[in-house]
Amino acid sequence: MSADQFVQYLVSGVTQGSIYALVGLGFTIIYAVTRVINFAQGEFVMLGGMLSFTLARSAGLPLAPAFILSVLITAAVGASMYVLAIRTAKRASVVSLIIITIGAAIFIRGIAGVLWGVEPDRPPFFTGHESISFLGAYIHPQALWIIGTTIVVTIILHLFLSYTMVGKALKACAINPVASSLVGVNPRTMALIAFALAAAIGGIGGVVMAPLIMTSYSVGVMLGLKGFVAAAIGGFKSPVAAVFGGLLLGIVESLAVAANWGPFTSSYKDAIALVVLLLILLIRSGKLAAEEKAS
Amino acid sequence: MRNYLKYAVVLVLVVALLALGGISCSTGEEGGTTPTPSATPKEAYKVGAVFATTGAASNLGVPEKQTVDMMVEQINAAGGINGHPLKVVFYNTETSAEKCATLVTRLIEQDNVLAIIGPTTSGESLAIIDTVTTAKIPLVSCAANIGIVTPVSERYWVFKTPQADKDVVAYIYRYMQQQGITKVALVTDVSSFGAGGRGILKSDASGYGITVVDDQTFTTGDTSMQSQLTHIKGTAAQAVICWATDKESAIVAQDMKTLQMTIPLYCSHGIANMNFITAAGTAANGVIFPAGKLLVVDVVPASDPQKEVLVKYKADYEAKYGTGTISTFGGHAYDALSVVVIALGKIPEGLDTAAARTAVRAQIEQVTNFAGTGGVFTMSPTDHLGMQPGSLAMIEIVDGEWIWLK
Amino acid sequence: MLALLKSKWQYPVIAALLVLLILIPFEGFMSQYTTLMIFIGISTMVTVGLCLLLGYTGQVSLGQAAFYGMGAYFSAVLSKGYGFNPWLAMLIGAAATGAFAYIIGYLIFRLKGNYLAMATLGLGIIMWILFRQLSQFTGGPDGMAGIPFLSIGGFVFDTPFKRYYLVWLFCLVILLISQNIVRSRTGRALRAIRGSEAAAESIGINVDQFKVKIFVLSAVYASLAGSLFVHHLRFVSPDTFNFLASVVLVTMAVVGGLASIWGAIFGAATVRILSEDLLLGLGEWDIAIYGLILMVIMIFMPEGLFVKLKEIFERLRLRYKRRGAEP
Repeated sequence: MSADQFVQYLVSGVTQGSIYALVGLGFTIIYAVTRVINFAQGEFVMLGGMLSFTLARSAGLPLAPAFILSVLITAAVGASMYVLAIRTAKRASVVSLIIITIGAAIFIRGIAGVLWGVEPDRPPFFTGHESISFLGAYIHPQALWIIGTTIVVTIILHLFLSYTMVGKALKACAINPVASSLVGVNPRTMALIAFALAAAIGGIGGVVMAPLIMTSYSVGVMLGLKGFVAAAIGGFKSPVAAVFGGLLLGIVESLAVAANWGPFTSSYKDAIALVVLLLILLIRSGKLAAEEKAS
Repeated sequence: MRNYLKYAVVLVLVVALLALGGISCSTGEEGGTTPTPSATPKEAYKVGAVFATTGAASNLGVPEKQTVDMMVEQINAAGGINGHPLKVVFYNTETSAEKCATLVTRLIEQDNVLAIIGPTTSGESLAIIDTVTTAKIPLVSCAANIGIVTPVSERYWVFKTPQADKDVVAYIYRYMQQQGITKVALVTDVSSFGAGGRGILKSDASGYGITVVDDQTFTTGDTSMQSQLTHIKGTAAQAVICWATDKESAIVAQDMKTLQMTIPLYCSHGIANMNFITAAGTAANGVIFPAGKLLVVDVVPASDPQKEVLVKYKADYEAKYGTGTISTFGGHAYDALSVVVIALGKIPEGLDTAAARTAVRAQIEQVTNFAGTGGVFTMSPTDHLGMQPGSLAMIEIVDGEWIWLK
Repeated sequence: MLALLKSKWQYPVIAALLVLLILIPFEGFMSQYTTLMIFIGISTMVTVGLCLLLGYTGQVSLGQAAFYGMGAYFSAVLSKGYGFNPWLAMLIGAAATGAFAYIIGYLIFRLKGNYLAMATLGLGIIMWILFRQLSQFTGGPDGMAGIPFLSIGGFVFDTPFKRYYLVWLFCLVILLISQNIVRSRTGRALRAIRGSEAAAESIGINVDQFKVKIFVLSAVYASLAGSLFVHHLRFVSPDTFNFLASVVLVTMAVVGGLASIWGAIFGAATVRILSEDLLLGLGEWDIAIYGLILMVIMIFMPEGLFVKLKEIFERLRLRYKRRGAEP
């Protein structure tokens, strides 16, 4: 493998990793605050992309308002999902909640299929389509947007969680919902905010990645899975950890193709995400089990 | 506790019975309109159709179904087949071999169709060969794999209309030979379509003096093939061959452009529709692929036996569904239904279902020089594809348009 | 009418239902539903396992289709590819799947709730990838066709009619076995675990061991179902065992009711009939409506639809009884 190739593998890996990170952020936020694994997270990303396509191309809105509107609508969908599906389920068990979010994911995907059909769509690139040369590798300008967005979103999220009242309340709720309710933090409000926030971030991710990877009603399935693994690597604890998880996954996948190891052709690339997931779950099973028992 | 269980079981059956009873009223979607009955209305000829209008193969299945709908309207408006209205009973297989098998059984046993067209994919087709053979009903598949109609001795009841993937690969390799290409890299989807193409690309390459120097794969739904292409960049490949349907092929095209790869990209006939061009944008330019002449119908010479059919099909389809919507997939369905209609037109009156199915099969096997959209068909007891050579066109995408490379 | 269903009439009622079951495949009666009923029977076998798992261990398997697929592929590959006797292949498949579940079970049952679910999800998808990739054995994405029929001596199960009885025989036997387990000492232990794991542990029940046992049982059921499946369809392909298939199985268990054994028939039947008949007519809306149904049932009837219906039924019966008792 030449040096140029290696850099290219890294660049591709970081781009994909940023995509996974954006999805993983949403999983982390919702799980941290509500202990729910939201299977519909991938669908929020899908919605962001689909909406931006419709608003930008069909409705002819200029790019910036189209994106903001897409994100807002997606956030609204996330909030509604919480209110209608999760909150109504009251004292549902963990298993029930999982199945509810799976149902929600299928439902959202189905509606998207009806509204937008089955064909893939590609919203316009933000800033042109000639790739840029970088340390012997090439990177598409849209990929720079994706990586940049991931960094910006993570920083803003971190600041939000650490320095604003709402953010700190969210964090408190994540650490200990009972104790935080004693000091006046309403866990239901926090959950609502968490869902809306996760959906918004998912939507932002969808908006920025759709021009590069195209979007269609079924794009959320694969993205959701990979994003979940990213969040799992990060331990579902902090946004930064999720981003790290995503980047790690993206780079490992990319380098696995480079290795081209024996009978494990590149078709096993997806299996990597799953194997990583299983390894993490197994290695940390003791610690995770204790956590679940405590909550 | 005992009582609960018994009520429960009763409830089960009551509900089940109600549901099943209610279901016996619902049948599949029926295509087309029947003409106003004349003095002695003739019984409709029922044909079954199974396509994948949702799922992975939906961009093939949707134009197939739409073509069938259009044809049924036209045929019935013109008086049907020998006065018999044509009724197509359609079911969506959702690109699932299991569902397809269930639906085909339903078509055979409940809807009593005389022949079946479709399914869309090779996997689904292979799944139902036993079913249609045991039930003794002719099937005209719209899928690629040559294994669907070979060995002919075991495929008495099965026909197909799309070019075999073996022939498509041969077409590409012949063209490449002329271009002096000797080393290629493969990028294929792990799905049935891609894996089928990959197998043939690897096995037939040496016959054209071509070596496969890299063999990369990806999964349907993957969002980036850059890693695979980076690996290919490190080899001596003179061209990349991508075997997948439009969305994934578009990503490959885009990634190749991003990586500023200069070697040409050859794709499969899976991108033979406008969706590929829309999805790939400027990255589509320069892509070369083989497809039926339908895409370049305007430059097909008048002397070509397919010209008339191609022009009419394109005009009718685009009039009904919009400009730029034609694809060769819809064309496969056109060919399949046409072949069945020709056969129905020749069977004697008054046959019962079983006899009619046998008669239709025999007539399909005798179709000679039928000019369809995919090629000119002559079926025979030893050839259930029956496509004459010269039915494919090598096409390059230039400025978003299909240009025939002769 | 409700009075009929009281104690002394229950045996005739069961007899009537059994007669109904036996008569369905006969021509002129309800034979057009034979194939549907075969699939319902096969699905029920898998669903029972899931119901036990969900209901008695409180854990969910989002990858049950993997076991279903293992049974299917073992049967297909051994009987078609290597000429094994189909019954032997089925047995080997069940044993292999059970052993596999045993090993996996010990590894992952340390995880709880969400994490266990995700582990099963990951396993399910990995199995699907393996089914697809190990093409020298499995036939790859196109699968394998021409799988032989099951037969006993000279009697070949070559028509849906014959297979219907075979499948339902298996199904009823499994249901009865499961019912026995639930009523036995094991069942009591399981109910203790369901009530409170900590309490169960404290009276000496090895919670993890029981969980693994149920997991293995559910895997074996699924494997047998998979074998019957391929000897019916005579075709197997990896896409039958993807993530969505596992979701459908969970849906069946949820509709049937967690911890409800006979409810498994109801769950399997309802979901099968829904997806095969009623939703067909809805065209492109079927996916959305399926998701909606799943959500609604889990939100409002987490014990399962069937169990909820039983409750309603019982409440009505009591009200009727009370009215009847008034002088």
